[in-house]
Amino acid sequence: MIDRLDQIFVSLEHWLVGFLPAGWQAAAGVVLSVVVIIGFFPALFALTTVFERKGLARIQNRYGPNRVGPLGILQPVADGIKSLTKEDIVPLSADAAVHLLAPLMLVVAVFMGFAVLPMGRNMVLVDMDAGLLFYFAMGASTEVAVFMAGWSSRNKYSLLGAMRAVAQMISYEVVLLLSSVVVVMMTGSLSLTKIVDAQNHYTWGLPHWYIFTPWGLAGFVMYSIAATAETNRSPFDLPEGESELVAGYHTEYSGFKFALFFLGEYLAMFSISGLGATLFLGGWSAPFSFLGWVPSWIWFFSKLMLSIFVLIWMRGTLPRLRQDQLMNFAWKFILPLCLLNLFVAALWRFMGDGWLRWVACSAILVVAYVVVGRIEMRSEHFGPRRYRYAE
Amino acid sequence: MLGEGIVKGMAETAKNFFGSFFSAERLTTVQYPEERIATVEAARVFPFLVYDGADWEAGLRCVACQICEKECPPKCIYIEKSKDKKPDVLGKPQFYPAKFDIDISVCMSCQICVEVCPFEAIKMNTEFELSTDDRFGGLLLDRKELAKSNEYYHEIHATEAAGVDAHLAAEKAKSDAKAKAVHDAAAAKAAEKPTGAGD
Repeated sequence: MIDRLDQIFVSLEHWLVGFLPAGWQAAAGVVLSVVVIIGFFPALFALTTVFERKGLARIQNRYGPNRVGPLGILQPVADGIKSLTKEDIVPLSADAAVHLLAPLMLVVAVFMGFAVLPMGRNMVLVDMDAGLLFYFAMGASTEVAVFMAGWSSRNKYSLLGAMRAVAQMISYEVVLLLSSVVVVMMTGSLSLTKIVDAQNHYTWGLPHWYIFTPWGLAGFVMYSIAATAETNRSPFDLPEGESELVAGYHTEYSGFKFALFFLGEYLAMFSISGLGATLFLGGWSAPFSFLGWVPSWIWFFSKLMLSIFVLIWMRGTLPRLRQDQLMNFAWKFILPLCLLNLFVAALWRFMGDGWLRWVACSAILVVAYVVVGRIEMRSEHFGPRRYRYAE
Repeated sequence: MLGEGIVKGMAETAKNFFGSFFSAERLTTVQYPEERIATVEAARVFPFLVYDGADWEAGLRCVACQICEKECPPKCIYIEKSKDKKPDVLGKPQFYPAKFDIDISVCMSCQICVEVCPFEAIKMNTEFELSTDDRFGGLLLDRKELAKSNEYYHEIHATEAAGVDAHLAAEKAKSDAKAKAVHDAAAAKAAEKPTGAGD
């Protein structure tokens, strides 16, 4: 019974596909899974927007949307109708074809990332051997879409926003990759299902998730920072800094094209949170061995939503960075620590079992964090800003 | 240490997040159309015309002197003086406004018309729900829409209205006394006249 609940989506798909002739079954199964992913994540997006608005409101001691439907839960429906019925404006001087393609490409690229995420036991669309690589390749192509949007609009704000976005995303892409490499080093595989399997065993009822190791924790923290920057979330939302750039690269978008950008941003958030959960938080595995009876997909989505909650919490807390702070933070602070973390992971691997590796690896990381942090905090670019003329 | 401020900030926002569910004083939002807070006494939105008694047309204090029309900085007041005269509160025959329009889409709520009015005839209203689907006619208030009773004035600006009433009563007493003095003098003169004629 429990097993059946765990595999309910898999068996449902097999049952549905079973009605078709044998030659069609494989293709139909894939199409069915794609349709489910394309339907489910936008629905989750709709729910998340209303929860985000309500959460942010609570952080600021307000009620948030509470007019449409009970407790404002139907707000996304109203928003959807609004954006669907709005006029779709394409600026006269814009490159119409690229302007149209940019939001589509963004959403498509983001959706591709979901293909390799294992969302539960046996619940992965394509179990690729190089799943992680595929994911990062798809994630990187969102940058092209963002730049297409900014460039084709022929608007200075759009272009500036796109330039910022590309600079930021490329900088943090490096960190994102390098902080994930430790996981690949430990697992010895780029396959995301293998990475989950490697974390899915227990000692004294506690899981062997990578976050519970010094290098894993450091990697997870750096991954989270890079992921926040990758998805243009506050405090790294410079590309759409509304106080400086109107709305950044999607200034010239309206109606449903704008909604697609919005959707793409949230889907990227989901997929990157899902990847973070897969790499460091044990994917769909339960946090305690005695909770193993709970369906695996529940664990995956609870970890995903927990990450989303933390992202919303951070958005409600932190002010936006300055452009130079953003760049210095990526290249001068996180990147050296990332490289050090690779070394620490290697040390962990070759020191063998025992308590000594815990002490050594933790000490190296903590000392590096404090020392680099101190140096950075005192440096002219990173620390408190000195104004030359307006003092 | 680096990151300390972030942790502190996150703790603060978490306190707000959970606190807003438990403590009522954190959530200061008023759910406007259903619940509302009483306007403060000094609140002012757009001007209105005060009238005494029951009939708004007869009781209007305005004598169409047009000072407010001239003083109005954005020129949103339009007054047409009447041809005939009618007695005012003091019993003196006065002109009255045949037309008194205020375009509240132009009015900037500066209260200068109230300051300059020598007859306490124009005061500031506190009503703010004036939105309309007719942006020209709907926002041009004529004298019937502008006329509000003195009781209404007492309701919205109690202290100020009491002062105005006292002032008007003093004026009336003064003018009554003056009228009486004039009347008495005339009577005395009339009484004196026969003797003077007898001289």
